[in-house]
Amino acid sequence: KKMKRKELESFLQQVDGFEKPKLLLEQYPTRPHIAACMLYTIHNTYDDIENKVVGDLGCGCGMLSIGTAMLGAGLCVGFDIDEDALEIFSRNVAEFELTNIDMIQCNVCSLSDTMFKSFDTIIMNPPFGTKHNKELRYDLPASYRFHKKKTVDIEVDLIRFSFKDPPPHTDNLKQLKIYLK
Amino acid sequence: MKLLTHNLLSSHVRGVGPRGFPLRIQATEVRVSPVDFNPDFVTRMIPKMEWTALVEAAESLGHLSELPRELAEGYEKDEEFLRKVHHVLLEVEVVEGTLQCPESGRLFPISRGIPNMLLSDEEAAS
Repeated sequence: KKMKRKELESFLQQVDGFEKPKLLLEQYPTRPHIAACMLYTIHNTYDDIENKVVGDLGCGCGMLSIGTAMLGAGLCVGFDIDEDALEIFSRNVAEFELTNIDMIQCNVCSLSDTMFKSFDTIIMNPPFGTKHNKELRYDLPASYRFHKKKTVDIEVDLIRFSFKDPPPHTDNLKQLKIYLK
Repeated sequence: MKLLTHNLLSSHVRGVGPRGFPLRIQATEVRVSPVDFNPDFVTRMIPKMEWTALVEAAESLGHLSELPRELAEGYEKDEEFLRKVHHVLLEVEVVEGTLQCPESGRLFPISRGIPNMLLSDEEAAS
């Protein structure tokens, strides 16, 4: 009963996007095709979604989170600063009748480092280019293994970080995979 | 907000560090919604949870559901136990209420199931 990428993509086409995108927050919807390709790779090649607890940083209206939930995440938690986006995300969750999604309004840049230690996977398609984004750092150890994998048929960088040798106090980080589109 | 999510959240008010966990829940509206039981997921989550905080949170909502205060050996094979954990982690949701930072006292409102953890620039860690 494995969902095909095209099936996932056609579901994601039903996800409502921003009604009035806010320029200052660099809001733009992740397109269904890109979201489906990215999530399909994360799920089928790396097995980092099914039965995992996933965080979606800068979730906006929830395109990636909804796809993640549909691919069998145990729980997907979306984080975003904008309550208007989260309201649309909530509506999307209700329409899809998904029960494995939660969401939090916050500025991900100011969350504590240890907040994500228990997540299995973090995915993001964050805003790029404003000065605040340079602070999108988590207490990453210097020695991480860096993978770069092109998605199926489009020129989009999908960057996957995994932690080979995390420092002792952050043992849980060993299991944490971060996907950045 | 599910209790699994609550167990992952800590306060990031400047200076509180690890004393910002767990956030104290005050709920004015709680909802119980069915979620498909997935024993593999529940089994994986248990070691990731701060168990005492989970039990306290469930109790504060009146949904302790006979969870033991300490984990017993061999819980992975106890389906009845796993179902109780599943219920508490995923099916009990705080719809309206507040979360309180145990160190600073700062309140974070929960509205329509969504905690608002936005801090002012002065409150956030530099």
